[in-house]
Amino acid sequence: MPDPAIEFRSVSFARPERPRVLDHFSLTVETGDVVALVGRSGAGKSTLLKLINRLLEPDEGAILVDGRDTREWPPIELRRRVGYVLQEVGLFPHMSIADNVAVVPQLERWPRERIATRVDELLDLVGLPAQQFATRWPDELSGGQRQRVGVARALAVDPPLMLMDEPFGALDPMTRAELHREFRRIQERVRKTVIIVTHDMGEAFALADRVGVLDAGRLAAFDTPAKVAASSDGVVRRLLDALPQVPRA
Amino acid sequence: MNSSASFAAFVAFVRSHRAEMAALLGQHIVLVAAATAIAVAIGVPLGIFAAKRPRLAAPAMAIAGVVQTIPSLAMFGFLLPVPLVGGVGARAALVVLILYGLLPIVRTTIAGLRGIDPAIREAGVALGMTPRQLLRQVELPLALPSIVAGIRVAAVVGVGSATIAAAIGAGGLGEYIYRGLSMVDTTVILAGAVPAAILALVVDGTLLWIERQLSARRRSRSRRVALAAAAVIAAVILLSSGASARRGGRDALVVGSKNFTEQLVLGELVAQAIEGQGVRVDRRLNLGGTLICDRALMTGDIDVYVEYTGTALTAVFHQPIANDPSAVFNTVRELYARSGRTLLPPLGFNNTFAILVRGADARSRSLRSIDDAARESPRWRAGFGYEFVERPDGYRGLAKAYGLRFPDPPRVMDLTLSYRALAAGQVDLIAGDATAGLIKGLDLVQLEDTRHYFPPYDAAAVARAEILLRRPDVRSALERLSGRISAADMRAMNYAADVEHRDIAAIARDFLASR
Repeated sequence: MPDPAIEFRSVSFARPERPRVLDHFSLTVETGDVVALVGRSGAGKSTLLKLINRLLEPDEGAILVDGRDTREWPPIELRRRVGYVLQEVGLFPHMSIADNVAVVPQLERWPRERIATRVDELLDLVGLPAQQFATRWPDELSGGQRQRVGVARALAVDPPLMLMDEPFGALDPMTRAELHREFRRIQERVRKTVIIVTHDMGEAFALADRVGVLDAGRLAAFDTPAKVAASSDGVVRRLLDALPQVPRA
Repeated sequence: MNSSASFAAFVAFVRSHRAEMAALLGQHIVLVAAATAIAVAIGVPLGIFAAKRPRLAAPAMAIAGVVQTIPSLAMFGFLLPVPLVGGVGARAALVVLILYGLLPIVRTTIAGLRGIDPAIREAGVALGMTPRQLLRQVELPLALPSIVAGIRVAAVVGVGSATIAAAIGAGGLGEYIYRGLSMVDTTVILAGAVPAAILALVVDGTLLWIERQLSARRRSRSRRVALAAAAVIAAVILLSSGASARRGGRDALVVGSKNFTEQLVLGELVAQAIEGQGVRVDRRLNLGGTLICDRALMTGDIDVYVEYTGTALTAVFHQPIANDPSAVFNTVRELYARSGRTLLPPLGFNNTFAILVRGADARSRSLRSIDDAARESPRWRAGFGYEFVERPDGYRGLAKAYGLRFPDPPRVMDLTLSYRALAAGQVDLIAGDATAGLIKGLDLVQLEDTRHYFPPYDAAAVARAEILLRRPDVRSALERLSGRISAADMRAMNYAADVEHRDIAAIARDFLASR
């Protein structure tokens, strides 16, 4: 049996002088799954992602990516295997759209031809025709368009793993619904292992194969959307009731 | 003088001094450009280093801030005795300008890097950029407009500070400002100040344009144009500075002078006399005072300048005042010889201090000697140059010797301005130079030193002994000047410069031709 894509083994993590964000947290994500982690603000969702690409390191326990401890991965190699999409997107304002998408291929020293082909392909994939958008600038794009560029940039060198931190959080509901459709369409084509963190239970149910519910630094539930929605566990139930947009059965 | 007349004088001056002005402007630009370039080369890495280490940044900025508040003239003074970076000439000026340029550049580099949206930096790290790649591809390009703003401030401040660098012989447009101040000639001051101001505006405008191109819409085209323009400007300046450095040459003899009219005339006379032997001469005229000239001669920054025996005795060698001219000459000659310098025979005139009053006062109150002035002193105001107030053979001893009792402490002012202040009635008594042309020009009267308070101030060239040994032609050129310049000659040449505003080089040329 192959290694799971990601494994958290009893991970604890605390910011200095603050209560623990993760408390002996364990989670296994199988290759090819789309996992949504839901929780309140401050529940440690972003921390969790940053532990995977080693922007942070755990206080206790270990995180394994493809069966290897993150602390044993060379950080640069690890990060280039892991696509990362932030809520703020973080496009480089001094680079054109094409240059933004081309960042990681450039770092990997791909030949120029190959980069150009790949950028066109990616922009088409995220629904921003290259002809129209390649030479434009981040501040000329709408929030939804910028978020698509962020996705294209994260996908550039075809990393097996994608981390998405509230990727659609700052968008209006119409745009968000549209991007959800796009996400499913793209995922059907590229088949990545994806971890999305969100505070929006509706988004989790719309996108994920499996939904995890974070509470007090632990996983209160981790199952298919249907089973999580039907859970009778007290913590999960209360969280579900507290979270907006619980879908009606 | 009405304003259109002075404007006409300014235009006439610019016309007749076109070549010299261009050379001084060139020196000025090269000095500022080199200082700014080095300040960038040091300041940007320093700013990058400090931006990542907040605990280091605060004290570093504090130190840089303190350096910035030191007046530049004081800074030149501090640096004079420092080996390698100190002394006189362009090198010391460069060091001072670099120190001034560092603060704005370090500060804006830190500000530019700190101002970057943390999400952008995080995205770079998460995409797998190494710290170096992040710096080069993301952080520096985003901080660049801010850094250029700092460079702009540094360069504009540099254009201003570089005018003061003329005080230590670094050349540049400050030459005109100092020359103009010493000649009390507004036209000459303007000839330095106006181009300096225009230069500052042009530098400011150009760098502001580059800054805008970089920060506005990040069109890679205009960005590239701006960077290319900056690179071309830098290359042109560096090439021209290389050229001018080569022009300076090794074997040129360096003639210095202090920063008042007579010294400029004497510096020119010495320089032209040496040039008459076919020797190339570098002029470091207008150095800011006795101690700077002496130090420069010690370090070999200059090879020869004209000193006065009494000044050397008291101000350079800290010996008690003596009154016998030949005894003073021999003592000073001996003291110079001990430090490897040769005092040549006197030029022929004694530029003692002259206690001066207005001609009208002298006539109406029949003032002849300083004793007469002592009588009037309780109703008078005195004005003296900085040097006269400080020197052991200056004001304090004079007041004691003659019993001068002014109601207020003397006003301390620029020596050359004190003549005008006396003529204008702002003060009633000054200590000037016996050979000052303005004595004649402004109808001033010298009071007799009946008690022989002032020691002799015989002018004589002092040179590095090593140069005279190696270059007998230089020695004979200098000796040929000995005993040839009378007090009347000197006063006439000073008058031609200060009152008739004739070109100093031409005055010296005419004098040498008439011998």
